[in-house]
Amino acid sequence: MQREYRFIGRETARKDGLGIVRGREKFIDDLKLPGMLQAKILRSPHPHALIKYIDTSRAAKLDGVKAVLTYKDTPPWKGGLPPHLGVLSNVLRYTGDAVALVAAETEEAAEMALDYIDVEYVPLEAVYDAEEAIKPGAPQLYPQFPGNSFPLACPWMGENSLQEVAMGDVERGFAEADIVVEGSCRYDNIPNPLPLEPPGVIAAWEGPRDLTVWSSTQTPYFLKMMLHYTMGRINVRSIAAHCGGSFGTKAVPWQLVFYAAALARVSKRPVKLFYSKAEHFAAYTLRLGSAFSGKIGIKKDGRVMAVAGEWLINSGYCSDAAQGMVAVGCGEVQLLIRCPNWAVKPKLVCTNRNASKMVRGYGGQELEAAFLPVLNLALAKAGVDPFVFFKQNYVKPGDDYFWRDGNRWVCRGIDYSAAMEKGAEVFGWKEKWKGWLKPSSVDGPHRTGVGVGVHGNADVGEDVSEAYVRLDPDATCVIYSCVSEHGTGQRSSLCKMVAEVLNIPLEAVSLAPPDSLVNPYEFGPVGSRGTYAIGSAVIRAAEDAKRKLLSRGAALFQCPAEELETKDGFIFRKDDPENKLPWKATGFDQTYMGYGRFEPDFSVPNFVMIFVEVEVDMETGKIAVKRVVGATDVGQIIDPQSLLHQMHGCLGSAGLDSAIFEESVLDKKLGRILNPNMVDYKWRTFLELPVFEAVILETPINTHLFNSVGFGEIVTSPAPSAVLMAVSNAVGRFFDTYPITPEMILQTPGKGRLKA
Amino acid sequence: MKENGLLLMVNGQSYEFKIGTGPGEVSPSHTLARTLREDLGLTGTKVGCNKGECGACTVLLEGTPVLSCLTLTVECNGKRVTTIEGLEDPETGELDPVQQSFLESGAFQCGFCTPGMIMTVKALLGDMPAPTELEIKEALSGHYCRCISHYHVLDAVGRAIGKRG
Ligand code: FES
Ligand code: FES
Repeated sequence: MQREYRFIGRETARKDGLGIVRGREKFIDDLKLPGMLQAKILRSPHPHALIKYIDTSRAAKLDGVKAVLTYKDTPPWKGGLPPHLGVLSNVLRYTGDAVALVAAETEEAAEMALDYIDVEYVPLEAVYDAEEAIKPGAPQLYPQFPGNSFPLACPWMGENSLQEVAMGDVERGFAEADIVVEGSCRYDNIPNPLPLEPPGVIAAWEGPRDLTVWSSTQTPYFLKMMLHYTMGRINVRSIAAHCGGSFGTKAVPWQLVFYAAALARVSKRPVKLFYSKAEHFAAYTLRLGSAFSGKIGIKKDGRVMAVAGEWLINSGYCSDAAQGMVAVGCGEVQLLIRCPNWAVKPKLVCTNRNASKMVRGYGGQELEAAFLPVLNLALAKAGVDPFVFFKQNYVKPGDDYFWRDGNRWVCRGIDYSAAMEKGAEVFGWKEKWKGWLKPSSVDGPHRTGVGVGVHGNADVGEDVSEAYVRLDPDATCVIYSCVSEHGTGQRSSLCKMVAEVLNIPLEAVSLAPPDSLVNPYEFGPVGSRGTYAIGSAVIRAAEDAKRKLLSRGAALFQCPAEELETKDGFIFRKDDPENKLPWKATGFDQTYMGYGRFEPDFSVPNFVMIFVEVEVDMETGKIAVKRVVGATDVGQIIDPQSLLHQMHGCLGSAGLDSAIFEESVLDKKLGRILNPNMVDYKWRTFLELPVFEAVILETPINTHLFNSVGFGEIVTSPAPSAVLMAVSNAVGRFFDTYPITPEMILQTPGKGRLKA
Repeated sequence: MKENGLLLMVNGQSYEFKIGTGPGEVSPSHTLARTLREDLGLTGTKVGCNKGECGACTVLLEGTPVLSCLTLTVECNGKRVTTIEGLEDPETGELDPVQQSFLESGAFQCGFCTPGMIMTVKALLGDMPAPTELEIKEALSGHYCRCISHYHVLDAVGRAIGKRG
């Protein structure tokens, strides 16, 4: 039975809603500082080259140009994991790599100056495929990473960060299996998460070691720390603007900051760098390329006995989070499948294309999209229904898994079977599932097929959060939690939690601006950690403030604090609510500051299951997603509208549609992305919306006061493999690559011969 | 209007500009989006692609939705422009029913696409008393929303139609 709440679980308007519909919220490109310059970047026309000669003197003399920088005169800051990228380099590693930086009074002047930089390049041989990059004799990107292979350690996740899935004895497992399949699948179409707002930053030096950064990050404090470590331990004040969508990609825009800060230092002026859409496409963040090849052994009843194989990951020309994504992916695949014997070895490779960085789905989507189609081969042989399989296999309370820190964790969450059942019922899985490679229905050239996918993440309790809550004499309160609004409604949801704890009107609660100068440490809203991790810190801070208030009240009422309660800015005895005192009566202009902290906890995985129905036209090859059902259990809904929004997000941010039409098309002769614009990069419009139903259960989860768990990050992850499965069933053949194009449908052997 | 001058009527106010390339002047190559955002400080109009591909920058020109990133300011001489900032009642601050509906339906996540969509819906409902679902979707089909707020937006449009009774 759910508790009744005043705000939690109820529909309330977003705190920033009015600002958004009035066009008053300030995004990064809406900010202007006095004296601010505009930055532009000269980008490499070659996928791999050395700068033989560069001369900026003509550009520097142009009207309005205030700074021009090359690798020769940029500061020694270093980013990447392990650190391997300076601000600029004389080695260019992808088409679009930064060659030189310009800051000028206007964008036009900066743009024009790029044409006046004289460069001579020595083109080098380039490599694009991960398989090619690891071969002997392949062009090498970095001398310190022989074989183009990055080390897998991710120190910030712990000394023993997870670098593989290894347990049991796979040989024995295969011997015990009834069915053993071998196969491979590639999910390396490097779709672009592409938030509508391009990334941007403003950098201004307040002193030689004091930098202020405005950006569209959703994790301003984390960005501050990252810059502190990569920029020579300087003091960074990090301020976030309203974020026009991130999906992970804008969390740590350290490269943009490097560029803007280097220019700001030389020009002694604030510098803004705001990427064009073309740069956003071709020189910002892509999904990881992922390929799985290996062997899976199962029993006839669908129990998995052994999984062995290689997970080849292509991170593009650099890595700043891929090791973390590998660790999380290796953890997440264990949540999906109960199997005693594993030997999955990741290999992380760099190639001469734009980088893959942090994206929603964070390793799990990439691994599962490549791994599950291979598993499907085994399930098909055994004739096991994938829904039944997922239901049996998905992590249950008491099950264990190795998480990203390398430690073994035991699930103390809930059993999600009920949510799965409900999802299947709403979708009509039983009626529509006709067996592997069998369409649900056939109508002339139109065939429908269904697919299902599941995903969950124990990172909902990752990393550290801290918060303060200040009660003011006027019966309002302020939350200090370094979170910016990036679309999930997180800031508003935190206000709801605090309003609930203090039992005051929602209007009385506000959140300090997302500025690292005023807020305590906060890792930020990533990995669906907003509800549990950030929520816990904020709830604890509110409870702490309330405790202080009531202990002050205890002196005034001359009774133990436990006998007091507060509501709407008054303190009263629980047994005599009429006899009450306003907060302000507890002391002259007295405020109360509460503090809360959350420590990482990887024992409560969240969950989503996505059911998809597609219709394939065998004559044209067109694939239409007709219907999607998303099922989850979040313990307790905090904000119904935001939650539903997150569920719908399954269709966005390089999620579901990366199975059928979203891809960055890399020309492997020129080394260029051929579709860096919103016409050639395909996206789903209003006219192609599938019917979308959400099943959201609320079974209390052992997290915090509200027994709730976060959800948003995970929804895209199960979708690509579910769509692949649905299309396979519709057309009667398996696919081992993404996206499935109309051409591939038209090449299906025997297409159109199927009888209804 | 003087020669090489320009008159814009934005949200009910008249603005005069000189055409030229000096500071504060409108160059013949300036887009309406730029003039609105940079010269008039009306940053509610968002620029997502600056190439006519995403709909974020939609404003009304003489009541018709246009992509302000593809419209040259000099083309708007003597014309009426309405931006998101011009929808609310200037005296009372009361929201336009379309804005109110978006607010009530929570028809946004990050909100970057929202002003553009609101402008399109405003024009649509001005032209058609009761557009069908297909007509609504068609009108909005040029608007990119990566957060996938589409379903809530459709709800908001329905709500706005309802508000007119
Ligand atoms: S900004 Fe004008 S259409 Fe994208
Ligand atoms: S709400 Fe983020 S793009 Fe539409």
